[in-house]
Amino acid sequence: MSDDRRYIISVLVENEFGSLSRIAGLFSARGYNIHCLNVAPTNDESISRMTIVTMCNENKINQLMKQLDKLVDVVNVKDLTDETHIEREMLLLKLKCNKGQREELKRLVDIFRARIIDVTDTTYTVELTGASEKIMAFVSSMGSINIIEMVRSGALGISRGKDSLENIK
Amino acid sequence: MKLSGSEIIIECLKREGVKYIFGYPGGAVLHIYDALFSSNEIKHVLVRHEQGATHAADGYARACGKPGVVLVTSGPGITNCVTGLATAHMDSIPMIVISGQVSRQYVGSDAFQEADATGITRPVTKHNFLIDSRESIPEVFKKAFKIATTGRPGPVLIDIPKDLTDPKIKIKFEYPKTVKLRSYKPPKKEVTTKIEEAAKILCSAKKPMIYTGGGVILGNAHKHLHSLVKKLNYPITNTLMGLGGYPATDKQFLGMLGMHGTYEANMAMHDCDVLLAVGARFDDRVTGDTEKFCPSAKIIHIDVDPSSISKIIKVDLSLIGETSSILKDLTKSVEKFTRKIDKKNIEKWWKKIEKWRQRKCLGYKKSKDIIKPQQVIESLYNITKGNAFVTSDVGQHQMWAAQYYKFDKPNRWINSGGLGTMGFGLPAAMGVKLAYPKSEVVCVTGEASILMCIQELATCLQYHLPIKIINLNNRYMGMVRQWQEFFYEGRYAMSYMEALPDFCKLSSSFGHIGIQIDKPDELESKMNEAMSNKNRLVFVDVITDQEENVYPMIKSGQAHNEMHLSPTNEETELA
Repeated sequence: MSDDRRYIISVLVENEFGSLSRIAGLFSARGYNIHCLNVAPTNDESISRMTIVTMCNENKINQLMKQLDKLVDVVNVKDLTDETHIEREMLLLKLKCNKGQREELKRLVDIFRARIIDVTDTTYTVELTGASEKIMAFVSSMGSINIIEMVRSGALGISRGKDSLENIK
Repeated sequence: MKLSGSEIIIECLKREGVKYIFGYPGGAVLHIYDALFSSNEIKHVLVRHEQGATHAADGYARACGKPGVVLVTSGPGITNCVTGLATAHMDSIPMIVISGQVSRQYVGSDAFQEADATGITRPVTKHNFLIDSRESIPEVFKKAFKIATTGRPGPVLIDIPKDLTDPKIKIKFEYPKTVKLRSYKPPKKEVTTKIEEAAKILCSAKKPMIYTGGGVILGNAHKHLHSLVKKLNYPITNTLMGLGGYPATDKQFLGMLGMHGTYEANMAMHDCDVLLAVGARFDDRVTGDTEKFCPSAKIIHIDVDPSSISKIIKVDLSLIGETSSILKDLTKSVEKFTRKIDKKNIEKWWKKIEKWRQRKCLGYKKSKDIIKPQQVIESLYNITKGNAFVTSDVGQHQMWAAQYYKFDKPNRWINSGGLGTMGFGLPAAMGVKLAYPKSEVVCVTGEASILMCIQELATCLQYHLPIKIINLNNRYMGMVRQWQEFFYEGRYAMSYMEALPDFCKLSSSFGHIGIQIDKPDELESKMNEAMSNKNRLVFVDVITDQEENVYPMIKSGQAHNEMHLSPTNEETELA
């Protein structure tokens, strides 16, 4: 739909068997898309935190938030999109690099403040952290350098300032 | 007290006050069945197919409000429960299904009768559990019952691997009094200012309408609804799931609304300026075209489930919480504003409604030669004096039962509204009869639906459940045929029921009584004969008009005021 936009939401779930499939299942059953999803335990080991990026309209996101909240395993949900928040994503990129391209790659790595973390005689592996746009900008700046493999963590989000996502409903 | 896993399960069920288990044994639950064998407090009802167990537990829950309990084995045992779980899930019915699982060391190995029960049932349950230790059994049961019965109710599945039910390994048992679920909190009380705002809006209406659904029945809110409606003197309609939530014989009741709702209910919906929706979810069979739904109404919605609010239709004011407590508070609040009610306009509104009513949209022409399905329901209503519990399957007979049996009390109309499950009626009636053995329980069905769970006739004999089955036999899948007549130029693809059994012989082979009625002038006497046999199951096979249609009808994508009335009715002019 034309009024679709990007939403980023945080979800705290019980760190239990099946929690992830409940959330993934909700998205597919109700026809929402998952652009990317990240999940890992938090400082409280009984709770996992997910960051989900989805494309939809305002009506759909309101429904989606309520449906997520309704899941018994979901401890709390928050839509970060319209509040000041920080987003980070990590990229690992394995590149095929001939001699002539090495200087260019080094320059790009510096410009984007990325790091080269592994080198062989024919490949470089680069690590980059940043918001999703920065990741995409870096990838598209590779130009003639061949990408062998690419892996992204998906976005992580947290609100700025004192606001936090509490582990109670 | 030291108990085995199986004994713990039985003990948990006892503590939850469970009286009946509907089930079917198999390898993975044999330990549990053995424990059940030596317990005489819980009665086990052996069904003939696991789907029957779920519908029976569901019917039990719908009739008496307590959760129905099911016990089945792994693999096919639990996959056969999927339809029943989905049926209960769609209509928010509290139910606990306990399924055996292969022993833990075999889980994931494609073992004999292994199925991923929690995976398969995830979308059709409110929640589900896979138990991973003996110690956690009591807590899981406590949680399961809490989740199934609170907030918006629903079915919960508990999957338990066989090794955890081993009779040889015993552990200390203690049943928790309460259980903490930090991630599960049914809504708290709604704020008073919002309730007052709702009262103001209601009392300022010129053309008000009240539309209530299954939430009134599930929330046990019918009494408060009645006081509110009486205080306001406003018209009220019920959804298919909400029938009985308000007495159907009361003059303020306009009948059911929606696709096969009455002319007056649908017209009033379309014209109203304030709509109060209670425990209803704006289902597509109710709204018709959502773009044209109640075009000039301010909408107030009361519901226990926040995700029901503005899901289909955007509402102006929402009150979230238990329907009974909100209706109680709202009634109190309304008292403050009743003097503001514009009595003149309300009177005008009622006059308009009376005109719609005079259309008598449920009128039909009787015939000397063939029985009309509507008259069967009317006859049933008269004989049972409106006091029976009526279960139904799905299709034309379901709509006729909803239209012509006037339910004055809640929990009496038991049907699969959301999922529309054929095969629901007979097993559901068994559950109802167990909950209310002294009451009249009737299953209104059709010759197509009844065959989907016909095996339960054996269960009825074994447990002596003298229900009455009224089979509206038109030799067609009636509703399918009706749609094919309207939308497929009468090409009746696969909707003709060829090779039907002789239902009288069929029921007598199951040990019951079968009566066939095919002449209109014998209907009354034979129906009386069937219904007066209190101690036997009587299968009444009524041969009805093959091509009778359900009217009124709003075709999909049309608005409430674009109803089609029956051909005989369409000719009559508005008085």
